[in-house]
Amino acid sequence: MGDKRILPADVKREVLIKAEEPTNPEYGCPPNARPIEKYIQLGVINLDKPPGPTSHEVVAWVKRILKVKKAGHGGTLEP
Amino acid sequence: MGKKNTKSQKSRPRRNPRALNGRGNPKVTGILPVALENATKALRGIVHAGKEYICVMRLHAPVSEEKLRKVCEEFQGPIYQRPPLKSSVKRVVRIRTVYYIDILEISGKDVLMRVGCQAGTYIRKLCHDIGEVLGVGAHMQELRRTRSGPFKEDETLVTLHDLKDAYDTWIEEGDEKPLRKVILPVEAAVAHLPKIVIRDSAVDAICHGADLAAPGVLRLETGIKRNSLVAIMTQKGELVALGEAKMTSKQILEADKGIVAKTVRVIMDRGTYPKMWSS
Repeated sequence: MGDKRILPADVKREVLIKAEEPTNPEYGCPPNARPIEKYIQLGVINLDKPPGPTSHEVVAWVKRILKVKKAGHGGTLEP
Repeated sequence: MGKKNTKSQKSRPRRNPRALNGRGNPKVTGILPVALENATKALRGIVHAGKEYICVMRLHAPVSEEKLRKVCEEFQGPIYQRPPLKSSVKRVVRIRTVYYIDILEISGKDVLMRVGCQAGTYIRKLCHDIGEVLGVGAHMQELRRTRSGPFKEDETLVTLHDLKDAYDTWIEEGDEKPLRKVILPVEAAVAHLPKIVIRDSAVDAICHGADLAAPGVLRLETGIKRNSLVAIMTQKGELVALGEAKMTSKQILEADKGIVAKTVRVIMDRGTYPKMWSS
């Protein structure tokens, strides 16, 4: 059992190529090139939750700070 | 805010008035990924992803280091766990996998440890159960989440203050750079999922909820299993949708036809790519 135990997220993956074709630059755009409004609409935050408030309260604060209508978290921090 | 008079509160006095209704814990800090607007649709990938914590477990009586290490070793792998009283889910015994427990430091009765585990594992309960097996009892003294799926304690980790400052800079000075640093593209939330890159011509059909068929696939990653969650991407690196794989990586690579992945959550707006399918 000498192998390093890891999270499933850390499994190394290789890319397999099935077919190739160019992408049309007229449609879509790379994530970092999105206009700022769109960038926020499709935004996630790696947030450091402070002690005290609940996960739910923290999300409410994020909504207020960034003036967004909708926000959600990826699993409460130890409910 | 008025005092809520629920049954559970009457029967269980609380020392901390903020821990109402069993939600949250004031001593708990760390990584809480937050998604905005349309990005909330990609949260499924995070909620079910593995987590890592650093915690302080306080033993109720001293035990030998040897015994402690041995018992912690036993708690690695699949474990049975009943959610604690103070939890938001049904309290039935369930199986959760503990990927690793690393003891970092022992100081008297306090044990500092790093735990990697499946989503939904209660560290508070884990500490309690380790204490039971040790025979001395133990409880969780402090907890910090250090990972949630792809999110780690790195340069992307920000505080509420950082968010506020970046937003104000944008509004007051028109400088969007700080905001682009504290907010990440939704694609960051699927960095840990196996990816399938599709043709431009397949994108809009997926945006309309169609399942992904084999001819639409250009590239894919190894490790895809049946029913595992996959990220369906464009060649420009945009997240189109989350899918549930219906074939393994090897099968997808070899398939000429058939459904490769069922579309479960669409993130990209319809019309981003041209409609190239007939209904």
